[in-house]
Amino acid sequence: MLNIGQLNCSYGETTILRNINLTIPAGKVMALMGRNGVGKTTLLKTIMGLLRPLAGEIFFDGQEITHWSPEKRARGGIGYVPQGRDIFPYLTVEENLLLGLEAHKAGRGMAIPDGIFDLFPALKSMLLRKGGDLSGGEQQQLAFARVLVSEPKLLLLDEPTEGIQPSIVMQIENTIRFIKEQGTISILLVEQYLEFALRLADYYYIMEKGSIVSEGITNDLSKEVIVNHLTV
Amino acid sequence: MGIETLLSQVFNGLSLSSVLLLVGLGLSITFGIMGVINFAHGEFLMVGAYVVYVLQTLFSKLYGHGASGVSFLISIPLSFFVAAFLGFLLEKVLIRFLYGRPYEGILATWGCSLIFQQMARNIFGANNVDVASPKWLAGGVEVMPGLQLPYNRLFILALTTICVMGIYFYLYRTAQGRRMRAVMQNRDMSACLGIRTRKVDTYTFALGSGLAGVAGSAVSLLGSIGPSTGQNYIIDAFMVVVLGGTGRLAGTIAGALVMGVLNPVFELISTSSMGKVILFILVILFLQGKPQGLFSLKTRALD
Repeated sequence: MLNIGQLNCSYGETTILRNINLTIPAGKVMALMGRNGVGKTTLLKTIMGLLRPLAGEIFFDGQEITHWSPEKRARGGIGYVPQGRDIFPYLTVEENLLLGLEAHKAGRGMAIPDGIFDLFPALKSMLLRKGGDLSGGEQQQLAFARVLVSEPKLLLLDEPTEGIQPSIVMQIENTIRFIKEQGTISILLVEQYLEFALRLADYYYIMEKGSIVSEGITNDLSKEVIVNHLTV
Repeated sequence: MGIETLLSQVFNGLSLSSVLLLVGLGLSITFGIMGVINFAHGEFLMVGAYVVYVLQTLFSKLYGHGASGVSFLISIPLSFFVAAFLGFLLEKVLIRFLYGRPYEGILATWGCSLIFQQMARNIFGANNVDVASPKWLAGGVEVMPGLQLPYNRLFILALTTICVMGIYFYLYRTAQGRRMRAVMQNRDMSACLGIRTRKVDTYTFALGSGLAGVAGSAVSLLGSIGPSTGQNYIIDAFMVVVLGGTGRLAGTIAGALVMGVLNPVFELISTSSMGKVILFILVILFLQGKPQGLFSLKTRALD
């Protein structure tokens, strides 16, 4: 589904990605873990096209997309839930959802599919509220709903549990599990919350100082690796 | 000074407000969405005014002088489209290289403004030209003895009202307007949702330029027009945007009302240049206390 080869990227002058190789098979959940500031978000932004790599290549769905713009990648089927959610604060919930449809294959003039309110029933009653007036948890649900209505093939999730109350974390976990069971969307999950990531992911990648230092099947992840690379 | 004089100044101020509003709206949305301070914006107003002049000259050659009423009505939408098209071209060849670079932007658009003015001088001559107001706009309504509201100024008010309603509808009720507001609020996220942000930029710039063109057709009713017509309005329009707060329709409207009405009133109680000085000092003092302008966006901080 997604293949990254020898990717290098500088972001400002701080974090640099060094020779990243990463593969996401179709329908699988990959966890990308690591301490703060090792380049996880930079990697997601590079996959989304918000940052340009210095070297390396990105293949998605059999096509090279290394030089595609973010909008072209979105239309190609990559969905992104950034850290901090990036809900449009002065647009209503409904307008935020309608903008999610921009990347949908069927394109313009589509109505918001009802199915999304089965996943996030709370959103239905707040369609006319401004995105910026929602709580952190509500915004996270909206960010998920907004990206899911476009029916992406690959989801990039940047710390979906950060700063969210436990009941919503449960709901987010159920949502990701639901997506996983459908088997049509691959997920790259960046997460600091280790147990959460391990409960959901099929494979894991661990980053340190801009490089991938460990990878494998989640069930095989050893205590030793966790202590060496993840504990603070 | 009688109450009639004051009221008629206030009324004249309202039509000035209307023109400033149309010019300020374009400035506000192009600044809000692209971070470009467009000093050539006044020249789109000039273009709009010359469109009225050219069409009137053409009509009177073809159909005689009686046709100015018809030509004026046609020239309003034509001003919009000609100015919008020029804006579209300017965005394509220049403005898009200036996104997020305000200082270079000011210099480059100021240069464009000089070029446009010189082009107008070369084509139409350095002297101002007169546009005959249509006959159906001559005269006015007499509200009370000594206070007459001229039809042409009433017409400008109506025209601006229609434009503002149109812009409101476009921004808040159409998919293209929704994309525009999204890009204004968060360009990166808009791109990540598949919105073609470059296209939105171009259309936004063209729309803003077109509005200035309409303002130009309104200005042609108020007096003679010339290569520097745009310059007469651009600084006040900038003040409108700064005073009202960028990126908000209501802010621009409020800013235009304040600037347009207070300007002639202050001129009345002092002199023409002193009035402007007083007004600008008041605006500066106001901005010291409220730098975001009259209408700042308030919402829960994003966490």
